[in-house]
Amino acid sequence: MTDSTPHSSHTPATGPAVGQDEWVARHAARGLLPEGPLRRVEERLRVVPWWAWLVLFLATMSLLPVVESSGYVRRVGFDTVLYMLLALGLNIVVGWGGLLDLGYVAFYGIGAYAYAILDSDKFGIHLPTIVAVPLVVVIGAVAGFLVGLPSRRLTGDYLAIVTLFFLQLFQTVMTNGDSAFGHNLTGGPNGILNIDPLHLFGHDLTVQHQGVFAVSYFYVALAFFAVVYVALKFVNASRTGRAWRSLREDPLAAEAMGMPVNWLKLLSFSFGAAVAALTGTLFASLNVSVFPLTFYFVLLITVYTMVILGGSGSQPGVVAGALIISPLLEMLRDPGKSRVIFFAVLVGGIAVAARRSRALGITAAATLAFGFAAHEIARAIDSSWVSGERGGGFAGFVDHWVIHPAQLASWIPPVSYVGLIAATLGVTLLHGHRRLVALVPTLYLAAFVWENVMLSKPEPARYIVLGMILIALMILRPSGLLGERRVEIV
Amino acid sequence: MDQFTQLTVDALTLGSVYALIALGYTLVYGVLKLLNFAHGDVFMVGSFIGFGVLQELGGTSNPVVPVWALLVIVTFAAMAGCAALGVVIERFAYRPLRDAPRIAPLISALGVSFFLSNSMQLLFGADPRNYNTFDLSNGALYLKGFDIGNVRVPLLRIITIVSAFVLMIFLWFLVNRTRTGKAMRATSFDREAAAMMGINIDRVIVFTFVLGSALAGAAGVLFALRVPTTVSIGFVSGLKGFTAAVIGGIGSIPGAMAGGLILGFAESYTQGYVSTKWSDLVVFTILIAFMIFRPQGLLGRADIRKV
Repeated sequence: MTDSTPHSSHTPATGPAVGQDEWVARHAARGLLPEGPLRRVEERLRVVPWWAWLVLFLATMSLLPVVESSGYVRRVGFDTVLYMLLALGLNIVVGWGGLLDLGYVAFYGIGAYAYAILDSDKFGIHLPTIVAVPLVVVIGAVAGFLVGLPSRRLTGDYLAIVTLFFLQLFQTVMTNGDSAFGHNLTGGPNGILNIDPLHLFGHDLTVQHQGVFAVSYFYVALAFFAVVYVALKFVNASRTGRAWRSLREDPLAAEAMGMPVNWLKLLSFSFGAAVAALTGTLFASLNVSVFPLTFYFVLLITVYTMVILGGSGSQPGVVAGALIISPLLEMLRDPGKSRVIFFAVLVGGIAVAARRSRALGITAAATLAFGFAAHEIARAIDSSWVSGERGGGFAGFVDHWVIHPAQLASWIPPVSYVGLIAATLGVTLLHGHRRLVALVPTLYLAAFVWENVMLSKPEPARYIVLGMILIALMILRPSGLLGERRVEIV
Repeated sequence: MDQFTQLTVDALTLGSVYALIALGYTLVYGVLKLLNFAHGDVFMVGSFIGFGVLQELGGTSNPVVPVWALLVIVTFAAMAGCAALGVVIERFAYRPLRDAPRIAPLISALGVSFFLSNSMQLLFGADPRNYNTFDLSNGALYLKGFDIGNVRVPLLRIITIVSAFVLMIFLWFLVNRTRTGKAMRATSFDREAAAMMGINIDRVIVFTFVLGSALAGAAGVLFALRVPTTVSIGFVSGLKGFTAAVIGGIGSIPGAMAGGLILGFAESYTQGYVSTKWSDLVVFTILIAFMIFRPQGLLGRADIRKV
């Protein structure tokens, strides 16, 4: 391939190294920005070492409680750090080991419960934090090892079913643990209450400080995150980390090279479980109580979406995934923010796409016109169709665009929702101008469903968004935002 | 003895529902080598379609058609609805990923499962839906039946078990005695070779999803005839059906039936003789035992890996 592109200066003039084909050798250079000042900035940024990025990131994160005094925002920040830790742990198993571990959040639960039992009034045990936390991590690692044990010979599919069943079993045991052999071990559905706060450097870390969420937990969580991140960075660069990646790429070749495949699988399981258990101690000590239903399918899907969105295998990627998904889920709880997010994504998506094709910009304008027209027609036919006006602000503006009756007939939600799904799937089947034309009513229908059906029930609505993100990612961009795209040579 | 009879009848009812779900997993796995996590939620949607059609036909207390026709219509509507749903899922969530790494369609399937259960919750809420089968011709389906010892086996149970077995026999016939079945078996054996022999692989896969999802729809109705259904039954029932398929040997049709019945018996006897709470633990133990000692399942082929 003789290079005719203008920005070939980046590739070394010496040509590909031994064992590297020319295309592979220039892989890293592709996808760079075009020549110009931006490109020079990008090249500069690329040579910044990873630890500098980490320090910058931690510094930015730790400013959050300084600029935001609201306890709610701090609390969301803390939860986001927990999600970042969980995503890092899952990344070991899924991203590096290439194993589908569907029981991951059970280890998180095991960590939380173990800490709760070791540090609460439940059995009157109050271990010092400095003992309890490492102990819980060991318990988590051993649990992960044991769950991986029967499935060590098995392929991904069997592993998935065993781990998924393990998650269900964890639920059963914790929910029914209030009457195991006549003893109340886990408190059953009522969980374990009055868990001790963490106790570090001679101070109890209080959860509330003058009625507001105390920042100390946020900083402790951030410190845990930093330690785990750096430790995993080293693990990934170590012999074991390289072995994991070779296992993920081709188990057969790895085995042929004499790698202890089963041992490596168990190890990645164990590492993931240990990180999850560590996160569990933070969760339990902050919430002062643990309940079985926290650690279930919903949380599993949430963490998976973070890892996949960020790019499984990439540490900065999964952290970014958690940073996006966690606040997103939080904002979707609130109808006002939820509405803004929906339209922001809509407008942003069209703007990005419109840069590539002028036609999409026209589509956006057409949708806008379509909306006003539909709204006016609806008002002319029956003014009760647009009666649900809230007035004022952004919501008021949206009300002049989307049909929004005060009272919805019971058949409207199912029909419009199923219609929207059908329309969306239909649009993906069309091509060229037909797709653009079909997009106009589909977008308007989406806005209608979002305003009238989804906003009234935030709980399922935000999980629907999560499910859609997961499916769309797998189909459009399985490598996520920052994941490495494999170079496959056939 | 009476308790034993009672539990055995329960086990057969439960087991036949599990077997129907397991068949869906096994069929799809056989052809695509894909664990279709969304299958449990298709089953759940089936029970809801059944409920909706039942209400449209006047409910159980004063149906507009005779009782037998009511049951038949409800079941077939659920089967048709689920078959359509299965086709849509295959076309949009799995087909684009057919040549992707193994883990990709699995995660997509998880997403579909999550999407389906939450969509149903958005539209229909989390309240349980009761078919109220006792109202059918004033409880005749419960009061009539035949006696074993002192135990009355109600007609409804007999209907459930018999229809499940009729469906399974029909499936067996379809797969083993028809041209389409032959194409399915060929695709399952070696997809590429089958394609070279002129078999339309896409059609076979779509047909497999139609079959599996229709069975899930029927299972949904049979399940809901026994206990009220909610939007959350998909996860646990799917997991059980899935386990049944693995125990029986995934990919094997008689295996799925055997696995379903084993699970039904294990659960029913544990609940009757030990404790109602710990049946999951027993099932999990059986699963682990199979994983260790017979990973290919009861009737599955041992996987010979060619390199």
